[in-house]
Amino acid sequence: MCCFYRFFVFLASLMAGNAAWAQAPNYKNVGRAPTPDEIRAWDTAVGPAGKELPPGNGTAKEGAEIFAEKCVVCHGTAGEGSQMAPRLVGGRGTLTSPQPVLTIGSYWAFATTIFDFIYKAMPRGQEGSLKSGQAYALTAFLLYKNEIIKETDIIDAKTLPAIKMPNREGFIPPQLEDIHDIKKRGCRLGHCP
Amino acid sequence: MNSKKSGRRQFLKNSAALAGLAAGAMTPAGATPPASETVEQLHAYGQRSHFESWTRKGKHLWPPEGQSGTRDYGFRNPIQYQLGMITPAALHFTISHGHEPRDIDPAQHRLLIHGMVDRPLIFSLDELKRLPSVSRFHFVECNANSGPTGPTGAARRAPTATAQDTHGLTSCSLWTGVPLSLLLQQAGVQKSATWMIAEGADPPHHLKSIPIEKGMDDCLVAYGQNGEAVRPEQGYPLRLIVAGWEGINNVKWLRRIKLVDQPYMDMRESTKYPSLRLDGKARWFQFELGPKSVITRPSGGQQMAGPGYYEISGLAWSGGGAIRRVEISIDNGKTWNEAQLQDPVARKAHTRFVFPWEWNGEEVVLQSRSTDERDEVQPTRDEISRIWHIGEDYYNTSTNLIGHFNAIQPWKISRDGSVLNVLFL
Repeated sequence: MCCFYRFFVFLASLMAGNAAWAQAPNYKNVGRAPTPDEIRAWDTAVGPAGKELPPGNGTAKEGAEIFAEKCVVCHGTAGEGSQMAPRLVGGRGTLTSPQPVLTIGSYWAFATTIFDFIYKAMPRGQEGSLKSGQAYALTAFLLYKNEIIKETDIIDAKTLPAIKMPNREGFIPPQLEDIHDIKKRGCRLGHCP
Repeated sequence: MNSKKSGRRQFLKNSAALAGLAAGAMTPAGATPPASETVEQLHAYGQRSHFESWTRKGKHLWPPEGQSGTRDYGFRNPIQYQLGMITPAALHFTISHGHEPRDIDPAQHRLLIHGMVDRPLIFSLDELKRLPSVSRFHFVECNANSGPTGPTGAARRAPTATAQDTHGLTSCSLWTGVPLSLLLQQAGVQKSATWMIAEGADPPHHLKSIPIEKGMDDCLVAYGQNGEAVRPEQGYPLRLIVAGWEGINNVKWLRRIKLVDQPYMDMRESTKYPSLRLDGKARWFQFELGPKSVITRPSGGQQMAGPGYYEISGLAWSGGGAIRRVEISIDNGKTWNEAQLQDPVARKAHTRFVFPWEWNGEEVVLQSRSTDERDEVQPTRDEISRIWHIGEDYYNTSTNLIGHFNAIQPWKISRDGSVLNVLFL
């Protein structure tokens, strides 16, 4: 009886065609559903749409104080960089030179990247120690020093993703949706500039 | 000193001497028994002979507080002394962007898969090990490996550069783990998901955006490397292996994969890894590494013993698949002869090649050129210069990093038997 049943199932799966064969076996007792809290705790990386941006806000003025306290050791008093850390300010108009100066103002395509990296990865050795307001303020300070916003502009979850960075059109392909499309990338594979 | 301990040591020495006598004193000249205190260790977890001294080379990216120092870009694998196509895990190159290996308790570690999926899932390491597993040979290579410009360009261009200096940012392992596609199928990827982001448990939470097509293709959630657990500096207990793509994709200490509908523009992927061209436009998300090869013996810094027979050997690899052919030139690139590929020849893995050769003692330039399964051929430096529209001086003067630089590597053997890097001579 048992064997006959198995044979029946086998036949049924044959008749269901290729789709049935492609089905992965059922491993559903391996691994479990995460709780909403577990997802929330880790779901912090911020994409260009800014959906994951936390509450809080800051201005360049507030950011200047935090920068002086926590960032100048490596990035220099004016964000000019050092052996330890890259330059953050200036460099516009240098991208076509043999010594391009790649900074937030001259190069970076998305303002969300600034907040995301500061909030999760700065300062080195104390990663994750900044409050969201401090990270917004530092973001505002760097945008202001790169002449992208005004000193009094408030940066928060709503204003940050709306900022258009000066070099946003400086990348190939310009549309993110086109990255998958080999033709629009203009280059089949890796080793072309 | 603890007298009890030294007494025991003496006993072990005596025992060893007795054992030598009992074996008929067959010890060849120059062979002495290892220090007795290391014998037990060698039996428990073996070490290489102390006569083998080759190590990774590099400096910590982040000097201790109060000390100045230059940023180094990774610990390079001594590839010129590698035997076979596998890199010992202890010598696998490392770049963690300055962050030290984490001390992660595997019992506490979790992998979360969520975002645009029907069933978010969280796995412990034990659970992952219950799932169907595969073992595959894959190289991991930094996109800056063998690059002639940027922070490590000068060391790479130097005539005295060794293969470790020029090509030490690639390594190959047998990786064991669960195919990522299996985990994604279990979670049920929604149609709207076009990308995934992979994130590490390291404090800065290194993140990489990867098109979903690759995630469903040949990515591996690896817990094994060359038969043992992935090393801490390689991502213990879990590392994402993204076969054939820039090293940055192979996220260490993997804790999370989120299915999304656009790349997340992490700092490194969006500002450090695009290739900035001379026209000021930068190509981002290049992913795949082209065909490359390097002769490791003889190679830069080595010394020939005199004219006579030598086997030329080296490694070839491509992100495009399996290596189909490696050719050797011993006349400055005028003619090329096919080398023998040694098994295993695996897709997106180092492949070892050998070529019998007799050195007549005259000056000679040796080069290798690889072709992959898509018939893509490793270019010369001049061909790359033409693609980039750059002249000779650009390599010496520009601070711009040329990634994906896979030029044919020439080594010159002088009459005195010394071997020099002549890519820029």
